[in-house]
Amino acid sequence: MLGYIVRRILATIPVMIVVAVFVFALLHLSPGDPAAIIAGDNATAADIAHIRAQLGLDQPLLVQFGDWVWRLMRGDLGISIFTNLPVSMLIEQRLGPTVALTISTLIVSVVAAIPMGVLAAWKAGTWIDRVVMVFAVVGFSVPIFVLAYILIYILAIKTALLPVQGYVPLADGVVPFLSHLVMPSIALGMVFTALIARITRASMLDVLAQDYIRTAHAKGLSNERVLLRHALKNAAVPIATILGIGVALLIGGVVVTETVFAIPGLGRLTVDAILRRDYPIIQGVILIFSAAYVVVNLLVDLSYAFLDPRIRY
Amino acid sequence: MAVVPGNLDLVAASRPPRERGTVATYVRRHPTVVIGGGLLVLMLAMAIFAPWLGTVDPTALAPAHRLRWPSAEYWFGSDMLGRDIYSRTIYGARVSLIVGLSVALLATGLGLAIGLATGFNRWIDAVIMRVMDGLMAIPGILIAIALMALTRASIGNVIFAITVSEVPRVTRLVRSVVLTLRDQPFVEAAIASGTSQIRILWRHIVPNTLATLLVQGTYICASAMITEAILSFLGAGTPPIIPSWGNIMAEGRAVFLVAYYIVLFPGIFLSLTVLAINLLGDGLRDAIDPRLARRL
Repeated sequence: MLGYIVRRILATIPVMIVVAVFVFALLHLSPGDPAAIIAGDNATAADIAHIRAQLGLDQPLLVQFGDWVWRLMRGDLGISIFTNLPVSMLIEQRLGPTVALTISTLIVSVVAAIPMGVLAAWKAGTWIDRVVMVFAVVGFSVPIFVLAYILIYILAIKTALLPVQGYVPLADGVVPFLSHLVMPSIALGMVFTALIARITRASMLDVLAQDYIRTAHAKGLSNERVLLRHALKNAAVPIATILGIGVALLIGGVVVTETVFAIPGLGRLTVDAILRRDYPIIQGVILIFSAAYVVVNLLVDLSYAFLDPRIRY
Repeated sequence: MAVVPGNLDLVAASRPPRERGTVATYVRRHPTVVIGGGLLVLMLAMAIFAPWLGTVDPTALAPAHRLRWPSAEYWFGSDMLGRDIYSRTIYGARVSLIVGLSVALLATGLGLAIGLATGFNRWIDAVIMRVMDGLMAIPGILIAIALMALTRASIGNVIFAITVSEVPRVTRLVRSVVLTLRDQPFVEAAIASGTSQIRILWRHIVPNTLATLLVQGTYICASAMITEAILSFLGAGTPPIIPSWGNIMAEGRAVFLVAYYIVLFPGIFLSLTVLAINLLGDGLRDAIDPRLARRL
């Protein structure tokens, strides 16, 4: 078990190296002079030279890479071109809202999706099943920003139940904090919810066809007990897997959701950086998001051993 | 001789009634393929015949007619520069469909080529799969955003950026199919009888990956259309002068509170098209793998 954990953790190292090389190479694989592109259309030759020196683009490639990795190891993600502030500081400032949004979305999605999937599998072939499946297909097809605007129109403009947009930190009160997170979490979580509901149903259908489920029914256990204690527990591994993979959808969606709802998080930082071609920030954000994704999937892999004690490594 | 009429009737009657109702049977058996495919054909027709569908120049400005609500003159209303939203939405289908179909073709083609190489050479496999694992750790949309931030906005670059983000998954898929096929008796037989490796790949492996790739291709098409809209919406996609659904929505964002219809109509069309393609993909998958169909 311990050996497995260590091996699994070591396996993330080559992945993160590839991510780092990709992020570094981006700037150099691009056609044309990156300094000129970052500087924009109205830049003077002096501006371009300044940016080139600032990014170290006048150094040999290997020196640049070594330099970059060395700084990375010490947590230095470079300096923002536009604001002249350290990227790591900018990211730290914006981390809170994004973490809050992601966690609340995870909770909303899982709480909505798993009961839906279980119910659909239990009532397979009935109208309940069909409603859940239609929801899963439609939910997977509606882009986040379309759903976001529909929610804003219904819940904020027509009925004024919720604030249109913005973010309030937890320190300023629980109710405003949560009320600002409701719509973003639903909008961001829809694709995720649809995906989990679908996998939960499929996984449950597999388990419900097993002999031990029939035995459980035969010995007179209640439906709830069979479904939750016997079936759902055994259906958990595929659900955990898709939770981990689906986090990539969440991370991609965060950028859009924060833009629509004006949430000052990492996604918003990314969009501002794109518009200003502030490349150090874009590189930093990609690194952070990818690291988060790798860690989540590491945790999912490790959770298998707890979800299914039969799995031995 | 008084032969035939009766006889002919007998022959006709003894034939299983296959001819009649074939279409109806097909529709009943594969409703999602028909609904999804039908909707998609409708969208394609709309994109191709855009100039003849009562549209005006989608980029024509009419400052005197700014922000008109949907009416007989402006079916879907007009935006803050007085451009006709109906025309822009219809023409916008072109961008979305071109991007979706191009990315689907390019990503499956590249993924197939790389996947075949990895499935048949241990060294290439070791190197490429490490790279793909790393690329798959970066959420696709971020790869596309990063590439777009470095290149100038154009439809070609959008297609390229989204393709790069989709290739690792296809490669993985092809590789897994190749690995299973390699141990199949018919491939072993081909190897034993001295068939060249190229020929084995071309005659035995590639045809068996096509069904999977077709299904995967439809999903990629749908996801590429959403990604294109997101990129344009964020200001890192299709050049703003080209009417694409993402661009129209991005422009409508600022005036959403007074003119939500600008965001609404392209949003509906985008959702419907993506839904159509996903339905088609689900239907194709069910038709190709009936074992999965029961479950998913």
